[in-house]
Amino acid sequence: MTSMKRRLFLKGSLATGAVGIAVSTGLLTPRVSMAAWSKAAFEATDINGGLTALYGSSSMDKSDKIKIKAPDIAENGAVVPVSVTTSIDGVSSISLFADKNALPLTADFKLGPGTEGYVSTRIKMGKTANVIAVVKAGDKLFSSSKEVKVTIGGCGG
Amino acid sequence: MASIKMRAKITDGVTTLKVLISHPMDTGLQKDKKTGKKIPAHFIQEVVCKHKDTTIMTANWGPAISKNPYLSFNFKGAAAGDTINLSWVDNKGEKDSSDVVIK
Repeated sequence: MTSMKRRLFLKGSLATGAVGIAVSTGLLTPRVSMAAWSKAAFEATDINGGLTALYGSSSMDKSDKIKIKAPDIAENGAVVPVSVTTSIDGVSSISLFADKNALPLTADFKLGPGTEGYVSTRIKMGKTANVIAVVKAGDKLFSSSKEVKVTIGGCGG
Repeated sequence: MASIKMRAKITDGVTTLKVLISHPMDTGLQKDKKTGKKIPAHFIQEVVCKHKDTTIMTANWGPAISKNPYLSFNFKGAAAGDTINLSWVDNKGEKDSSDVVIK
């Protein structure tokens, strides 16, 4: 049965139709989780599409309370360390976008009780682009961006 | 599969968790140089971190997270000696889970 499901999933991931989405999202929630992996958001080809799929809205305010720590020049786009720190109260999620990537949404962190407004990870960047951090606090979205120059892209070959 | 390396350290009531996962994180866009065929997408989609059955963080990742992903975040409300559980699931349904004791 497991291998059967895997077949179905592979088909699902290739199909762009609604059936494919239904099959894959159904299989991608093996247990009760806070948020299912949003196929629509991660496959969106622009930031607004990704934001709308993720939060239902793409309107956001610029905020200087979000600090992005990333290199000014990344020699290798395959590994770009990015840290986001925010002092906004009541942060429920932090999302990272690289606006020139084919699929801009790179990660979405849902922060639960007790967590501080900080995440650090490493992302891939296809070319020089702005890294955009979107923070959700309450019902509002805040964003901040930082340009990272990439000398060797890291998204394909 | 021991794919998760994890460290949790508590300082002044704030626990810092640092995680390294070994995973190829293939985007599905890259080509195999020998065969010229595309390497199928294979990446972690969801990482869930729990402290005493409370989910403290859920990360949804796309293929643009670097190979062998690194993740770090802070949270309050834990004590030294508590156990943190972290698990991941990728787009092929593979998964792993690991526990670490806060120091």
